[in-house]
Amino acid sequence: MTERPHLAVIGAGPAGLAATVAAAAHGVRVTLLDSAARAGGQFYRQPAAELNARRPQALHHQWRTWERLRDSLARHVDAGHATHLTDHHVWFVERRSDHFTVHALVGPAQEDPVEVRADAVLLATGGYEKVLPFPGWTLPGVLTVGGAQAMLKGSLAVSGRTAVVAGTGPLLLPVSTGLAAAGVDVVALVESADPKAFLRRTRAFAAQPGKVAEGAQYAAQLLRHRVKLLTRHTVVEAHGDKRLEAVTVAALHTDGRVRPGTERRLACDTLAVGHGMLPHTDLAETLGCRLEGLHVHVDDEQRTDVPGVWAAGETTGIGGADLALAEGHIAGRSVAARLTGAVPDPRGWATAAKSRTRLREFSAALDSVYVPPACWTDLITDDTVVCRCEEVTGGAIRKAVTGLGAGDVRTVKLLTRAGMGWCQGRMCGPAVAGLAGCELTPSRRPFARPVPLGVLARAGEAEDDEHR
Amino acid sequence: MSPGSPQNLADAHPEPAFTVTLDGREIVAVPGQTVAAALWSAGVTSWRTTRVGATPRGVFCGIGVCYDCLVTVNDRPNQRACLVPLHPGDAIRTQEGTGHDD
Repeated sequence: MTERPHLAVIGAGPAGLAATVAAAAHGVRVTLLDSAARAGGQFYRQPAAELNARRPQALHHQWRTWERLRDSLARHVDAGHATHLTDHHVWFVERRSDHFTVHALVGPAQEDPVEVRADAVLLATGGYEKVLPFPGWTLPGVLTVGGAQAMLKGSLAVSGRTAVVAGTGPLLLPVSTGLAAAGVDVVALVESADPKAFLRRTRAFAAQPGKVAEGAQYAAQLLRHRVKLLTRHTVVEAHGDKRLEAVTVAALHTDGRVRPGTERRLACDTLAVGHGMLPHTDLAETLGCRLEGLHVHVDDEQRTDVPGVWAAGETTGIGGADLALAEGHIAGRSVAARLTGAVPDPRGWATAAKSRTRLREFSAALDSVYVPPACWTDLITDDTVVCRCEEVTGGAIRKAVTGLGAGDVRTVKLLTRAGMGWCQGRMCGPAVAGLAGCELTPSRRPFARPVPLGVLARAGEAEDDEHR
Repeated sequence: MSPGSPQNLADAHPEPAFTVTLDGREIVAVPGQTVAAALWSAGVTSWRTTRVGATPRGVFCGIGVCYDCLVTVNDRPNQRACLVPLHPGDAIRTQEGTGHDD
């Protein structure tokens, strides 16, 4: 028996899992690397094993899909066709002459290096949440919508007793109902989108009856938990001294400006806030993959323009778990065909390709509806901290833009240090771009996460020695 | 836990709780929880002050991206509280500034 070709999949969320299962079922040996202790990614984040949750599905959607993926992965692992490396924080993928080397950090402090060689790489690195600043957003008690969900799903812990969920996007609904079901008093769901905008996209939404039914279920749950739904509203300020005590919300005009006189204060100890998602593209960028706007460009087979590198899921454009599953499946099948020397036959994945088309249209329609309030930069006062890491204020950024002529994120960073801290501009990037009046562009970070200098100095040494 | 708690919702039967310390004070933690989840469950929302403004910070992104929840665990500074799982006897210390000053 000839040895199976080897694929490294980075990310064990819906896209990475679907790809792993599809590739392993079609003659490929797969190494799945992920930073978490258990597979699932953010969408299927599992409670820690020690919590012995007998009904984790109470916190989840599409649980049967997860069970299918989990069981298939286990079968391929048992058969020796897949390896799942947990707690592996990938910081760099290196393209060598005849293979790829995936560099990861492991151990309690993520300081010990591990290298995995593979014939091909599939990037399923997912996304993270975008939060646009407003006064008080750095107060303890204010966290991202996804962060609240991660604590709920992963640690079965709730963030506070009285919460407001705010911002815009499809994530606000499950998090509001999830927190309410878990015993949190969710005072209000504050969504900046205009419900009338959904009516204007009726055709796109009607093409996804399942999704519409899901939305109706959430609406019923909001009612049941007495969560007040405030659409075309925004949080204008979070209040508190050492921690969050209340938020002020206000209604929005149709043009996206705050309607004066509509401000009201809601007492809460938690504000879960988010304005959509951004794709993780660092690994793709250092590999030289072409980006399209903020996401990785792929062809019909989910191939990037770098030979041997595939990508699927949020990293190729935000579109949700169902789209990630379809893309992952197609990517896995394509890898299997290409690496085993077969001619890929798209008829083999026609169903997934059809879902991919429909779901991309659906997510484009959602994108046009879920928009942050047009006035969001006006909400940033001169003393609002915009860069959370380097503590750079809105005033300092405005001074760099209007006083010193900075017209892009990079120049603002050089002048103010905004984006130079631990998170490398992931949190403040969208806000800095908004204040500078430019489009957010990929940041070209050399590595996907902080790396100890000693690890960096020794990376690839072993392989170089082999070639000497 | 109350009827509407997340543990009841997920029908969780966690292994016996253990204690850890936050600046020497004992806190009860549930096995499997991250530092951030345990602290938040104990009513603590902040465990760091910033370098410049000395303002309090706690968990923000919750998935390891923003580095706002940095904390000192067993004398190792700048650990992401939202990712690090707790173990019995862990000594958590609130962190001031860079975390290397004390």
